[in-house]
Amino acid sequence: MTETTHRPAGQQLLGLTVNGERREVLAESRRTLVDVLRHDLGLTGTHVGCEHGICGACTVLVDGAPARACLMFAAQAEGCEIRTVEALGEGPDGRELGDLQQAFTEHHALQCGFCTPGFLMLAEGLLSERPDATKEEIREVVAANLCRCTGYQTIVEAVDACAARRRAATPTPSEEDSCS
Amino acid sequence: MSGRPGGTGRLVGTSVRRQEDPRLLTGRGRFTDDVHLPGMLYAHFVRSTVASGSVVSLDLSAVREVPGVVAAFDAADLGLGDITARLDRPAGEFVPTAMPVLARDRVRFAGEPLAVVVARDPYAAEDGTEAAKVVHDTRPAVTRDTQALAPGAPLVHDAAAANTLLDVTMFATEGIDSVFDRAHCVVDVETRTGRQNALPLETRGAVAAWDDRDRQLVLHTSTQVPHQVRTVAARCLGLDERAVRVLVPDMGGGFGLKCVVGREEIAVAAAALRLGRPVKWTEDRKEALTASFLAREQHYRVRAAFDAEGRMLGLDADIVCDMGAYSCYPFTAGIEPLMAAAEMPGVYRLPAYRARARAVTTNKAPSAPYRGVSRPQFVLVVERLFERAARELGLDPVEIRRRNLITEFPYTGVNNITYDPGSYRESLDLCERTLREEGWYAARDTAAAEGRHLGIGYACFSERTGYGSAAFAQRKMEVVPGFDLAEVRMDTSGALTVTSGTMSHGQSHETTMAQIAADELGLPLEKVRLHQGDTERVAYGWGTFASRSIAVGGSAVRRAAAELGRKLRHLAAARWGVPPDEVVLGPGAVRRADGTAELSHTELARIAYLATHLLPEGMEPGLTATASFDGVGDGTFSNATHGVVVELHEGTGQVEILRYVCVEDCGVAVNPQVVEGQCRGGIAQGIAGALFEEITYDAQGEPSATGFMDYKVPTALEIPDVTVRHLETPCAFTETGAKGAGEGGTIGAPAAVLNAVNDALRPTGVELNDIPVTPQTIAHALEQHS
Repeated sequence: MTETTHRPAGQQLLGLTVNGERREVLAESRRTLVDVLRHDLGLTGTHVGCEHGICGACTVLVDGAPARACLMFAAQAEGCEIRTVEALGEGPDGRELGDLQQAFTEHHALQCGFCTPGFLMLAEGLLSERPDATKEEIREVVAANLCRCTGYQTIVEAVDACAARRRAATPTPSEEDSCS
Repeated sequence: MSGRPGGTGRLVGTSVRRQEDPRLLTGRGRFTDDVHLPGMLYAHFVRSTVASGSVVSLDLSAVREVPGVVAAFDAADLGLGDITARLDRPAGEFVPTAMPVLARDRVRFAGEPLAVVVARDPYAAEDGTEAAKVVHDTRPAVTRDTQALAPGAPLVHDAAAANTLLDVTMFATEGIDSVFDRAHCVVDVETRTGRQNALPLETRGAVAAWDDRDRQLVLHTSTQVPHQVRTVAARCLGLDERAVRVLVPDMGGGFGLKCVVGREEIAVAAAALRLGRPVKWTEDRKEALTASFLAREQHYRVRAAFDAEGRMLGLDADIVCDMGAYSCYPFTAGIEPLMAAAEMPGVYRLPAYRARARAVTTNKAPSAPYRGVSRPQFVLVVERLFERAARELGLDPVEIRRRNLITEFPYTGVNNITYDPGSYRESLDLCERTLREEGWYAARDTAAAEGRHLGIGYACFSERTGYGSAAFAQRKMEVVPGFDLAEVRMDTSGALTVTSGTMSHGQSHETTMAQIAADELGLPLEKVRLHQGDTERVAYGWGTFASRSIAVGGSAVRRAAAELGRKLRHLAAARWGVPPDEVVLGPGAVRRADGTAELSHTELARIAYLATHLLPEGMEPGLTATASFDGVGDGTFSNATHGVVVELHEGTGQVEILRYVCVEDCGVAVNPQVVEGQCRGGIAQGIAGALFEEITYDAQGEPSATGFMDYKVPTALEIPDVTVRHLETPCAFTETGAKGAGEGGTIGAPAAVLNAVNDALRPTGVELNDIPVTPQTIAHALEQHS
């Protein structure tokens, strides 16, 4: 059987900024952001769990805020800063764990690891917006995504521990005052 | 436990960081859908929209015209063998079902695959399926067990009279009827449990390609049982088994749903062979909920006889499991009913037992094993019976359990199972004491005085793990998944590769198996890597299910490592001119027992491969060893008690879990943090079954849940924090003293939660025995009372 010479109608050239890099991709207008990230740009750390915006495995940061990459067309992300799990690591090749990732491994906040990138990006978005989030506020945000392995407790604990560590490392406003 | 031949490591028993984590946390895991091969095509399935009927016509010509579609195949195009699971039982007890890879003339559930469409991208493949023209002749659907068993019911399979795939009376103690006639107290319970999806967050998937150089079909697929997939794929495709290589990438969970062989991965493989190009299929969530494998829909009618002191005298069970449209391979539709009947007496002494176990077939997606397999259900039934008996006899519900728990081991039950030592009584005592000391009993009294509804509930259970060949053979499985294999291989640098036939899908084997091997050989953890999920790398393996991996697979790993350790000690001993028993392995090097000399693993490995002229007389070059382990006797029993405090809310009917305590005993915990993770995750799934998740079917066989809007998977707001306490009764016959720990959490949660709910409902006179318990039911019960 021969292959049809298939050029899907409505393809467009998209310019996306992903993890600080400018990327170009030719995609059908109906192609979702998560499919472009995973299959066109090879960033397979972002996962697909339901394709209807409930499970949150595809959560990425769009202009700093957590978003479901399965519910966005890639074309809608033009002009936005997109951040994926591949950008969370540290060190020259990004393979060293950042503080949030470190907290996840210390607290055994992942088992199969499939939902984990979504939870990491969700938590990263939360902690940058609300560094003072209480454990109960963290739990409410963690409830946005689904995990089938852990029972969530250790995810909440890991995010809470990371938040506490970041707060301890950041001088409070009053301390800054006293220093100045 | 066999003695330690020389390893001095102390990693077993410690919560070392997981070796899996760095790649999974940085987005560098590789799951099936991450596999990308040059020239790859994408598959999507045309599925039946009716639950029962014949296929009058299936026209794929328009499909093939859809832009981007490369091919479309139906059953006749592919001509594949069926998937047929068998038990070695007579026709009166068991009827096999032939599950075609693609349905031919008959469809038996909504979602059954009819054709596979292959296209240049997944969007085009889905477009293609929409162009298929299917004409069905719809027949009446069978959607309930009672309907299936009713005289004159339509037959799902013509060969299965009364829609019954299995009908076995496993036990019938002589004189049991008179035990009930004479008993001081007889209580009964009728329970129905909802149909669930095990719901690994990664759906099923496969990438298939033919490799001309190796003359092999290479099938990447997310499976707990790689060799089983190889065996079935080879049979269906008419290939020698060596011509199929199954590779399992990282897995996003399985929970049993992936320990059976599906139809889609075979169809995808057939399409790849036909087209000579790689083909990928990634199941979508709707398919996962409606057309993969489901579980847990069971109907129990059980009575128990007690004497005046609350001692159980007899148990009489009628168990009907709704297994859906087909038997799953290799376990068959007998998996749930046979498990329930064999193990129902659980942790309690029982002199007289009768159990009839039936599997019925209905027009629903078929059932597969799901974490716990029937034990969440029959533990719920037995624990309800004890609660009812306690009320009848005016006994404390904890005290009546104490009077019946097995306390002397080994104990051979009326069900012909011998239970190895456990801490049944101790775990109940500690669980109750914890809740009492934390003030929950007082809180319950206070709440009652304030008109609030607090309840406390328990579940005591054991879990048979590490089933060996004998135990599965007793179930009369044609395929007997008892043993497992391990190979260890030290390279010239002294680093170790362990290969196991088990298949981690979240259970942390890369860490725990490495802990075992590292200890045995005195190596640091980072010098040990585990490989799984490649049928080329181990002769055969049964994969991971039934909480077997640490008990069976871990024992094989330790045996193989011990064998390699003997070789290392022998080699070092020869270098020093001392007997091998004066050599110890580790930490970090191979040492003389008197501390006067040491050799690094690297140096010994160098000799074994690169300087073999230095080997002692008779020693073979190289440092490899293989070993097998088979579960011993009736397996080894983990145990636990769960204690739960709930508050029921009027109006909303919400069941709020205020406290959850789990006291578990899985023998030696190789990695306690991993064990706690298994407990907590299992409990979350058990709570899901008790309070949230159910897939129902309407009279036409249309499933109620096609997405997460309809299937309520609990989140961090519904699942409580769980305190896990460990007791340790080491297993006497696994190599590490470990018992299985994968399923226990799921087993205890439904019973403990339901007992707590009923305790809170006590003033209302309402008693609930079915799960899931819905808010409507609770709100209604509380409303009637107030």
